[in-house]
Amino acid sequence: MTPLVSIEGLSVAFSGVPVLRGVDLTLQKGEALGLVGESGSGKSVTWLAALGLLPRHAKVSGSVRLDGREILGARAAELDQVRGGRVAMIFQDPASALNPVLTIRKQLCEALALHRDLSGEAVKAEALRLLNLVGIPDAARRLSAYPHEFSGGQVQRIMIAMALAGNPDLLIADEPTTALDATIQAQILELLSTIRREMSMAMVLISHDLGVVAENCDRVSVMYAGRIVEQAPANQLFADPVHPYAQGLIGALPPLDGPRRRLTAIPGTVPDPAHMPDGCAFAPRCALAAEPCGRTSPTLAPIADNRAVACIRAEASRRALLGIAAE
Amino acid sequence: MGRYFAIRIGRAALTIVLVVTFAFVVLRLSGDPALMILGPEAPPEVLAAFRKAWGLDDPIWFQYLDYFGAIAKGELGRSMRDGRPAIELVLERIPATLALTLPAFFFKVALGIPAGIYAALHRGSGIDRAVMMTAVAGFTVPSFVLALLLVLVFAVQLGWLPSGGQDSWRHAILPIVTLSLGGAAVLARFTRSAMLEVLGQPYIRTASAKGMPWRKVVTSHALPNAAIPTVTILGFMVGTLIAGAVVVESVFAWPGVGRLLVVAVANRDLAVVQCILLLVAMTMVTSNLVVDFLYGFLDPRLRAKGAHA
Repeated sequence: MTPLVSIEGLSVAFSGVPVLRGVDLTLQKGEALGLVGESGSGKSVTWLAALGLLPRHAKVSGSVRLDGREILGARAAELDQVRGGRVAMIFQDPASALNPVLTIRKQLCEALALHRDLSGEAVKAEALRLLNLVGIPDAARRLSAYPHEFSGGQVQRIMIAMALAGNPDLLIADEPTTALDATIQAQILELLSTIRREMSMAMVLISHDLGVVAENCDRVSVMYAGRIVEQAPANQLFADPVHPYAQGLIGALPPLDGPRRRLTAIPGTVPDPAHMPDGCAFAPRCALAAEPCGRTSPTLAPIADNRAVACIRAEASRRALLGIAAE
Repeated sequence: MGRYFAIRIGRAALTIVLVVTFAFVVLRLSGDPALMILGPEAPPEVLAAFRKAWGLDDPIWFQYLDYFGAIAKGELGRSMRDGRPAIELVLERIPATLALTLPAFFFKVALGIPAGIYAALHRGSGIDRAVMMTAVAGFTVPSFVLALLLVLVFAVQLGWLPSGGQDSWRHAILPIVTLSLGGAAVLARFTRSAMLEVLGQPYIRTASAKGMPWRKVVTSHALPNAAIPTVTILGFMVGTLIAGAVVVESVFAWPGVGRLLVVAVANRDLAVVQCILLLVAMTMVTSNLVVDFLYGFLDPRLRAKGAHA
């Protein structure tokens, strides 16, 4: 079966500084994929690059296929059909993601007019239906309101409504709840997963919040310094992380049950993209780093069904995993 | 909303009073109109009689109150040179000035705004750099230098256009070009930075992400937002329509309000100077008020604030 999206060797450089260094990723229809990693690891850039939304001075290479069709470097008209129509995106800071001088109606109807064969009253009716769907109270009256008249959570709901306008097959949610209060976060995530189920839409949830990803995704990719370092089904990753960085991220989470334990922090900071260390980018912060880690840059290699890791020390882990599987 | 504009109008009135007061005091402290108009050789008793006739021997605070009393009655004084009402002298010069400043305003907008938008959309390109270099040159070169340069090339060297006077439409070309270039440069730079600011906003990315063609993103999402700061500078330019051509009118011997002002200041023709400054302050303040109204129209966020203020 052709995957919905398949990304191969996607690289991005801003004025010669590489920020994405060969990302490989596939996404099946209807799948929910989590993308986690620290700020600057390239989670958002991956999808902005895939959809051609990066500024012109960004140098993008590699391949991004949607239903087997290459969209990287596609003509503007073709990309405009993909954006919003096949793949929609919502962003971190909802308050600034909507145009402050245009009404909600105008912004919603624009999206509908671009991707749906609707006109006149039908457009308005559909806009109303979408607002009701995402739970905006008193939607009929509030269609003519401006973004600043809504709360942050409501604006994010409107963003979701706008993203749904084109009936996309994939929704990229780029840190959709980071700027929101904890209670609102839960509501928005609930809304996203309900909609995803009802519309059998695939979703990529970009987040630095592992809890959010664990609850909402089937599969997780962990990114570090512009690369994917581990890929696994969500439950397996959290139970049994293989890459030292993934282990570090999960070790930094407080357990909800069981005895209290000391939380571990990953020492050091993300390397500066302009001065990447030789070999494995994580080696300088890695407790398990050995001499060869500074020389060879590990590639993402499968270690079990549906699992892949980019670490030369993963061999030991792989054997352990296979051993378990053999029992 | 009403209260919001009541406050604005109150402030505007205060600004006008301050401008007029400042002009009043400075003019009286900086020279004696009697000496300027009658000349230093005039006999002392003639000078004294002149001062008495125009009330110049009264204490300055008395003159000041007198002046405002007259304004309240709608009298703006008479010219000390020929005794005609100052307002009449000023009003008859306004058409000449507008004949330069209105076309210049049109060209500033027609050149400056598209150039700024184009430069912003093609940031870092050769055209962007060229536009910005021209713009920097355009507003760092003082208008009298530009005026003289244009005279040198088009009047003296090429002989295509007259260097001064007001005999035909051809006489207006060089003054209008001088005024337009400087203003267009300012406007181009301003529009460019307003556009760049807007193009970097997340809602522009949102519009692209929903599949809107770039051209449409620019026209329906970027431009309405960039218009907000640009209106400020346009308001300022409208405010200078009456007295924005002082230097250019002087260089080209164009008999407009600006030239009248220069002559009146040199002669300490108090009533005329004060009348012009009052008029200038009023145009400035009015255009600022209009800009405030426009903000409310262009930016719904301000509209809401105004409603609560």
